[in-house]
Formats: sequence, C-alpha cells, structure tokens
Amino acid sequence: MKQLLCPLNGLRPVSEFVYGGEVRVMPDPEACTDEQWSSYVFNRSGVPGIRREWWCHIASGFWFVVDRDTATDIVIATHTADVLRQASPA
Amino acid sequence: MMYRLPNVAGESIDRNRPLLFMFEGVAYQGFAGDTICAALAASGVMVMGRSFKYHRARGILSFANHDVNALFQIGGLPNVRGDVVELEAGMEITAVNTFGGVARDSASWMDKFARFLPVGFYYKAFHSKLLFPIWENLIRSFSGLGRIALDAPRIRTPKRYAFCDVLVVGGGISGLNAALAAAESGATVMLVDEGARLHSGFMLVGDTMRITLLLSQVSAHANIEVLTSTVAVGYYADHWIALMEQQRLTKVRARSVIFATGALEQPAVFRNNDLPGILLMSAALRLLRRHAVAVGRHVVISARTTDDYAAALEFLRHGVAVTHIVDARTQTADYELTRRLKERGVTFLTGRAVIEAHADSKGCLRRITVAKAGAINENVTSVDCDALLMSGGWTAATQLLLQAGGTVRFDTGAQMHLPEVLPPGIFVAGRVNGIFDVKARAIDGQRAGYSAAAYLGMEVKDGGTPSSHPGALARVKNLPTPIVAHARGKDFIDFDEDVQVRDLEHAVQEGFDSIELLKRYTTVGMGPSQGKHSNTNAARVLAGIRKVSADQVGLTTARPMYHPVPMKHLAGRGFTPERVTPLVARHDALGAVWMLASNWRRPEYYAVANETREQSIAAEVAAVHEGVGIIDVGTLGKLEIHGPDAGAFLDRVYSGRYSDLEVGKTRYALLLDEAGTIVDDGVIARMGEESYYFTTTTGGSVAVYRELLRWNALWGLRCSLLNVTGHSAAVNLAGPRSRDLLSALVPMDLGNDALPYLGYRETTLAGVPVRLLRVGFVGELGYEIHVPFSQALRVWDAIAEEGAAAGLRPFGVEAQRVLRLEKGHFIVGQDTDGLTNPFEARADWAVRMTKPFFIGQRSLRILQRRGPRQLLVGFEIPQAVPSLKESHLAIDAGEIAGRITSIAYSSVLGKTIGLAMVKPALAPVGTKLSFRQNDGSMVTASVCETPFYDKGGERQKSVIASFSATVKVAASATQKAGGSADEAAALSFAMHGTAGAGASLEDRRQRKRIGIKGPLAAAWLEQRGITIPDRANSWTAITSSENDVVMRLGESEFFFEQSVYAEEFKTLASGLTPPVPGVYPVLREDRAFALSGSLADDVLAQVCNVNFRPLILSERHAIMTMMVGVAVTVVPQGNVSHRRYLIWCDPSFGDYLRSSLAAVIDGLRTS
Repeated sequence: MKQLLCPLNGLRPVSEFVYGGEVRVMPDPEACTDEQWSSYVFNRSGVPGIRREWWCHIASGFWFVVDRDTATDIVIATHTADVLRQASPA
Repeated sequence: MMYRLPNVAGESIDRNRPLLFMFEGVAYQGFAGDTICAALAASGVMVMGRSFKYHRARGILSFANHDVNALFQIGGLPNVRGDVVELEAGMEITAVNTFGGVARDSASWMDKFARFLPVGFYYKAFHSKLLFPIWENLIRSFSGLGRIALDAPRIRTPKRYAFCDVLVVGGGISGLNAALAAAESGATVMLVDEGARLHSGFMLVGDTMRITLLLSQVSAHANIEVLTSTVAVGYYADHWIALMEQQRLTKVRARSVIFATGALEQPAVFRNNDLPGILLMSAALRLLRRHAVAVGRHVVISARTTDDYAAALEFLRHGVAVTHIVDARTQTADYELTRRLKERGVTFLTGRAVIEAHADSKGCLRRITVAKAGAINENVTSVDCDALLMSGGWTAATQLLLQAGGTVRFDTGAQMHLPEVLPPGIFVAGRVNGIFDVKARAIDGQRAGYSAAAYLGMEVKDGGTPSSHPGALARVKNLPTPIVAHARGKDFIDFDEDVQVRDLEHAVQEGFDSIELLKRYTTVGMGPSQGKHSNTNAARVLAGIRKVSADQVGLTTARPMYHPVPMKHLAGRGFTPERVTPLVARHDALGAVWMLASNWRRPEYYAVANETREQSIAAEVAAVHEGVGIIDVGTLGKLEIHGPDAGAFLDRVYSGRYSDLEVGKTRYALLLDEAGTIVDDGVIARMGEESYYFTTTTGGSVAVYRELLRWNALWGLRCSLLNVTGHSAAVNLAGPRSRDLLSALVPMDLGNDALPYLGYRETTLAGVPVRLLRVGFVGELGYEIHVPFSQALRVWDAIAEEGAAAGLRPFGVEAQRVLRLEKGHFIVGQDTDGLTNPFEARADWAVRMTKPFFIGQRSLRILQRRGPRQLLVGFEIPQAVPSLKESHLAIDAGEIAGRITSIAYSSVLGKTIGLAMVKPALAPVGTKLSFRQNDGSMVTASVCETPFYDKGGERQKSVIASFSATVKVAASATQKAGGSADEAAALSFAMHGTAGAGASLEDRRQRKRIGIKGPLAAAWLEQRGITIPDRANSWTAITSSENDVVMRLGESEFFFEQSVYAEEFKTLASGLTPPVPGVYPVLREDRAFALSGSLADDVLAQVCNVNFRPLILSERHAIMTMMVGVAVTVVPQGNVSHRRYLIWCDPSFGDYLRSSLAAVIDGLRTS
C-alpha cells in the first residue's frame, strides 16, 4: 500500500486518506463564458504527468495538497493548503 | 520404485516416531519430519495424483512447494501441497481430481482422447448457445481440483501489520548473510522463508560448521525476527509485502527489501517427461538428504553440469543404484569425477539426450529412449530404469522483484532472466541474482545486507562493501534446458495444465504469438504453480518458433499472488464499521426491525404483536397524524460553524442565504455541486451572531463535512467547522400532541410566539441541555430535540414516561417516508439522482440566484436558460396499487417518459400518492401518466399538486386550533426497558481481562471531557494560565496523573479529559459564555478506552497500520489514525516495559470498536 506524507500527521498508509481530485482553479464565474465554465466543471485531463491534487487525512479531517506524477505514481511533494489560498470568487 | 534408505546423515526425519496414515484407503507408515509426499514415496507409492486435463498418472516432480500433481484432500481441506505439508499421525489422505481413485482413474481415457482436445478447445467447440448448458455441466464435472467442505467450521484467521527496516525474503545462504549484515549495521530485520526451517538449502554439501554458526548467529541476533513456513506472496507499493504464515497474514511495511528468493529448477522436455519416476535432480537430492528416500532401484541421470556428477556419486555412496548418465556434452568436464563414477559401474551416454520415456502398466517409468543430442533418429538406444533425474537448468525466482518494479534481462551465459535495474530500496542476492557458487552467494548476501543498511543511512560495519549493483559478482554459466519436441506429443511444457509443445506451436500458428497471448490461449503458466516450472520453457519454445531471442519474447507480467493463498487469509474482519445511536437498546426493547441506512442501523418500523408490517407502519403514520410519535433522527449529520465569516461561508456553500437568518431561526438548506446537481439537504439554525448549527442527510454527513472542510481550507475564511454527528443524538417528536407533551418536560413556553415554526431554542429537558428545532419534515407540528450522546437515554426515557399517557408511539424510517411523501418533500438520492438540479426538483424556492456566489450557481444560470429536461411531479391514484413500485417507468407514446421515485398508499388521504421524475411535457397538473408494472400491465395516475396533505401547512405551523383525536396506540410499546443511562454505562465499564497478563481493555467512557477549538483557542487558554501542548498532535498531563490529559489536535483544537468534572472545566465552559471571538466550545462525547498489558502492541498490530513501537513516549504523541476502519486518536503512555494506549473515537462507533478490540484480545489469548 502506498504511503503519503501528511503535513500534519506524518507518513501514513494511503488508506488513511481520501483523494479529493485535482486542484483546479475556478474561473471567475462572472467573467467566464458558458463554455469555459462547462469545461471547468466537466472536463478533466487524463494526461499522465505531474498533477497537484487534494488529499484529506480522514481521522483528522486535514486537507492538504500533493504534487504527484500520475505517470509513475511518485509523490514529489506535499504542502498545506496555504499554498492555494486564493482570493475568494465572491 | 522409491524406498527408504538406512540412516542418512543430516536427515530431518525422526525414526523413533513412526506415524500411521491412510492414503486412498490404504494404511501406510512414515516418520515425524516427513512430508506427505516423502512418506508416500518411502512407502513405494509412485502415483500420487492425476493430471488436470488428461488424467495421466503423476507423482513427485519438483518437491519444492510447487508440485501441483501431488495435491491432496485431507478431510475438508482441499489441495494440500504434499511436497511441503508435514505428515501427521492418523491423516486420511486422498488424491484430488480422480474418478474412482488415483490408481484406477476412470477418466484416464481422456489421455487417449487428447488429440481431440486441441489448444483453444473451449473457444473452438462451444459456440452453440443451445448446447452450451450441456457442455458447461460436463466441463464443470471434470474441472477443478479438491472439494470444498461447505460445512467447514468458520475460523477467523488473524491479520496483522508489521514494520521493519529490512525485509529479507529467503532464508538460504545469501538471505542469511544479508540478514546478518543488515542487522549488524543496526537495522531491524525480518527474515522469512517458505520452508519449515531456515536454510532448507540442499545444494550445499559439507561446510556444515559454517552454516550452523551462521544459523545460530541469525537466530540469536536481537535485531532479526525469523518467520519460517512463511511465503512472501505479494509486493505492493512502498515496500508493503504480504507474508502468508500458516495461521496468520502479516502485512509488513519495510523500509528496504532484499530478495534472496533463489532459483527454480526447470524440467527437461521430451515425450512422456511427466511419468512418475521422472523428477528434477533437486527433488531427488532433497528426498535423499532430508527424508532418506531413494528415488529408485535403477536410476538414470540426465546430466548437464559437474554438479550432477557429484550428485551421482552421492547417490551411489548411499547405495542408490545409478546405472547411466546421459549427457548432451561430448566432453565431460571433470575427468576425476567421471573416472570414479565409471569405477562404480556407471555407464556414460555422452552426446546423447533423452527423447522419450515409456510407462509400465501402472503409468510409471520403466524405460527411456536415448538418441544423439540434436538428432533424434541417430544412435537410438533404450535404457531400462525406474527413475530418471532431470537436470534441466534453472530460472531465477524474480517474480517478487518484477512485482516491485524491477527489470530483468535474459543472460545468455546463465540461460535465464536475471535482475538488471532495481527500484530504490530493493536489493537482490544469491541465486536469484545469478550467483550459484556457495561462497559467492555468502558474499553477495553480505553485499546486499550492507547495501540495504547504507540505503537507510546506517553506518556499515568495517569491511562491509555496500554496492547496489546487482552484477558485482560473476554469474553462473549454464547450458540451455533440453527441449526435445516429439511427433507424437506428450512432451509436456506445463505439468499443471497439461500443455504440450504442439499446443504452443498451434497457438502461434493461430496468431497467438506474443507471450501474454500465448499464456491466455494455451493456459500455460495459469495453473496452481503459476508457471514456476513452465514459463521459462514456454518462452524458449516461443523464441524458437519465432526465431527471436529470449529477451525479445520477454516474460509475462508478474502479479500477486506469488503462491496460492487460502481464502481464510483473504477473508477476515470487516473494516466497514457500523454506527449506532445511543438509543439502540430502547429500539430493540420496542421491537424495532432494523435496516441499514448508510452505515447506521436504524429502525425501519417497530413490530407489534398481531400486526403485519404494513399495519404497523400505517399505525405509526396515524399516530403522528392524530396524536404524537417519536423517531430517532440521531443519524442525521450534525455540524456547527463558528466565526465572523460563518454566515458568509454558508452563503457560498449552500444555495440559500443564511447571513440574514435571524438568531433563533432555522432555514432549509440545499447543497449543490459545481454542476448544479443536488447533493444534499438539511436545516440550518442560527444559534448566535457568529455560530450556526446545521444538519445534513444521514448518508451525506461524512462527505458533506469533508467537502466543507475542503472549501474552508481553500478559501481560508474566518470560521471553524465542527462535526458533532456522532457526539450528538437527536429525536423528532411529531404530531398534534407533541407540544403538549414537550411542554410538560421543558421549562419554557412552546407557544407559536415563543417558539414559532422554523424556530430554534436552547433549553433543558430532564436536566439535560438540549437544542430544539421546530421543523416540519413529517408535516405535523414537530420538534427535533438534539442532545449530547451520553444524555440521550435520559431524555428519551423522560419523553417516553411522560408520553405513555398521551399514547406516544415510536415510528421508524418507513413511516417517516410516507409522512414526508404526503408533504411532497423529496429525499435527496431517492427522488433526485446524479443529474437532478433544483429547478427539476421544483426547489427553485430554496435557491437564491441573486446571491453573488454559491457552489453550482454559475451552472444553474446555464441550466435555467436551457430549461428542465425532467421535472419532479406529484401523482395520485384513487385506490391502493400495491404492485406499483418505485422505479417503474412512465410510458408515453411507446417511449420511456419518466419513472416513479417514491410511492405509498396514504391512509389519511385514502389514495395512492407518489413522486415521479417525468418529461416536462407530462408535468402539468391533470396530465395522465401511464406506469408500466413488472408484469407489463399499465396503471394510470394523474399529475397533481404537492403537497398532497395539508397544502397550506397549517398543521406543521400549528395555526389551527387544538386537534383532538383518539389515538390507537399500544401504550406498552413505549415502556422503557433496561436501566438508566448510568446503569448501562456502568455495565460495560467492566474490565476486559486483567492487566499485565495478555491485554486488558478498560472502557473509560464515563470520564469527563471538554473540547475547545478556534484560531485564538491556544492564546485564550494560555492567557487563562492553562498548560497546553506546544506542538500539534501531542498531549500533556493536566494533573499529576497521566490519566488527566489535554491533547492538541492539529494546531487549533484542544481536548481535555479528566476523571472528574473539575473546577477548571467548569471555568473553561463558563468562560465561553457569552461567546469569545475565535474560541469555540466543542461537544466531546467520545468513547474512550485504555489498552494495556503485555499483548497491547500485538492487539494494535491487528487493528491499526501505524507503528507505535518506535515512538518515544516522552515526546507525548497524540496520533490520529484509523483502527478497524474507525477514526481514532491514540495516546501511547507508560514506560518502555509497560505501555498503555489511550484510545478515543466517535461514540457512535464505540460499541463496534470495543467489540472488535475484544475479539482480537480473545483471539490472541486463545492462540
């Protein structure tokens, strides 16, 4: 079983985590076209490569960010969600 | 015929302990230390099984845990491997896969029929659908090996997690050296071997002193844990290896792995190479050295190396008559050995190869035909013999290495695939690395051991030379395995599946010419030994046919499992925890019929004597309409959010607006995903300016809370989310008499002015602080009463006692479904699906499109323009139609036009009502819908307005005058059973076992706790002079006792626990009234345990995949992890020799966790 380095809880088996999908930047809902919005909602890239992903440590409810190479399944780095703090869309 | 020799030095049998056993109804005798096959061989039994397809007589081939033609049935146990399983007195053994016994298998006519069973026979023969069932029955009766005893007792086989620095797979000479080198460098080592003892190696003659010393060093080393009779069956990511012990499965996490898995000898290929009496040289040597079994009275050796000549001498020394040596080489390598063999009367047939074997009347070897090597028609001679030892060459056991992502390359010198690129942290040593020389294997083992230690950053002992390069030493030189195809076939490549050379040829002719396709088409390598004696030869045959190199042919993908795993190791304790509310005992006493809702047990309805299920449900519905009913809604998700941005956060997340909600009011909440699809709903109550309490659906609570946490992590708004789902219980008291009943129990006015419809209040009930939400889900005047888990029984009992006179009746999920349907309320996930948006569900009123932003809003704008694809409508049928069910289709003009999502007969309305998702054209009120039932008949319904019942909502708002009704309720049904809450808790407070001996589990639920969370919580606590841990996920004592702790969970949450509700606790609680910005109280009703005793770590090893052992206790870790699927917090305490683990979990999982831990403790105690 794979292991994942949680910034809060340390190295744990992946069964302690849930995957939250790729980190994707929400387009400005006011400015974007319907097509851009639909693409954001429905399209995911399946191309193997380095992806930034959401992972949650179940027992602590701690969300963090993982840079993972989906071609090799090698985790390059893990970060707290602070790296994503973006201005709210509202 | 095989027979037992007089004493052989070093034999592993105990001749003073004869064991009697039965095989196929005949009594035999073996010795302690014999395996089943060895005992049979010693008794002269040659035919031990029948082949899978042709039912040919078979016996011992490899004697190396892969003899799949010597599988046995022992009682209810099928497919016992006779080559490795030790004999026990009184065993009653039969062969598998025979019709009428192994000696006279009536299915052996299959052998004659073989040419009518070409490769790919199934694919070619069974096209007719009509005839297929007949063929299927026939094939099923022929296929399969052992028989499963359906009445076999259910035995739970333990699973455990283990951890080590270096795992060494293989306890041969290289593995032993590797383990020792790594351990000497300071690594903790696990050394596993499939044999019953370490160094079951047989290639080694002499030098026993050094081996004995090595074995004693390994077994005495404190850093080395040895597991014998253990097969490493699979490698998984990040060095996670499944170890199959006889009665346990160990999942070991290593930091580095050394594969010293050895090599597998391969059979030579010629006609009838499968006859009993023909076996591998290594098998014959093992039989001789370990079991003092001679393989025959006239033995021929098909030799390829000098080692074979030495072996021949060894046989002769023990009086085994080796008569001939057949050697493909014309020049024999060792003149001295040859001379000595000739002196002893051995005839040499050099430059020759065995081309055919001949069977006697019993199907055993009696004669071989030998011809010039490479020219089967020249120099043909016959030799009578009863044993032929094949020295066929070796193949490295690289399967685990390949699973681990290593690569191999065909080494033409060694004539086998050898390791080339090793993944980080993986090392190989010994014969799997192509190193066959004994001394070199020892050196290679040390190299691998030091390399692993160096990889882990350890200092390597003087003289140790770490080198991760697998090819540091000279690799073995080998001749290719002889493969002599025969025109008349029966030249077996695969002994498991009866695959012959011609099968491979035909498959290639038919286009299956890649190794993977060849495998699947011919089934070569797909039998129980998974190609351990066939993959290499198959690849070489394929290379020969295609005239390419072995590297170009490649290998089939190696996947777990390396070795067959009994189902007992795979089946086990479920890791799907079940949740219960604190009221479970009351429901049981009331006759609850349980159903599973998400992972909760919920009462579907309450069975009453002399009532049918339908009658009970109808009576429950009637009670709510006419009197008062109560339902346990403690399974609802219950969340809190606090902070200055709490309202803004909810506005962004939910489709409605909550920042303008009045304090003391509730509002319906609809949660959408980004596509605008409905994913959950609930009710949000505003408790204060900066704090809200809200519910989710039962099934959605975990996912909704998690998703809200994610948005909060992303947005970073000033608010804190709390999940009190399990910590808080809840009931819904509903019906026209609910107010009267509740008024008698709470010290507050419940009039419409004091607590209006959709109002929220905090009060006390039976002395317990409760939250009241006046809700309308079931359509009558009703109150949700939320109460801390530990107080729920007290509140329930108080209500039941007061309600007995009023005819209070408990109602279950089924009645609630009818009641809400009468109100036209949809259930997310039942009336909506993964595509339903709020417009389609007619929930436009719950969506504030004018808000600046909420999740799904942008998609809704598009959906709003586009119009609905379907609409949720109410329909009615004037009579009861029990045959019409949910999911029946609406048919319009011959096309599917929708489906029923909910349907029920409403007694109060006297008609059938339901919800259906239909095409918009069918949605107008009055439209006739045609539903097709299971039998194809149609039922007509009319679309109508919803709600069906109490359209103006006067009843739930209770604006009509008091309602008098006669209530037909079995008052006795609400009589409480069992003792009070405290009594119940005290009962389960009993200690499990005694401390010190084994493991004890103490239930500590009655201790007092308080939780505090928030960005300013740490500062606030420090300001008040309270000691808190300075690091996240650590704890500190708050009194002189380690029992009284405060944990810091993450950065900003604190959890205090003490044996009494101390003065400090009261101060803390009162300090937060009125609310303090940035500091929020957390309802902590955790179930708590203390696990201690000498076996505590062994208990944890079975339930938790975290290695607690190396934790330094003084660092005071608080570890949030999973235990049997339950989220827990664990604090290791005590000292090195006496550890104690404090464990906390959500109280709704408490009983499950307790019973799981207790079962593990019981299992350990009995084992």
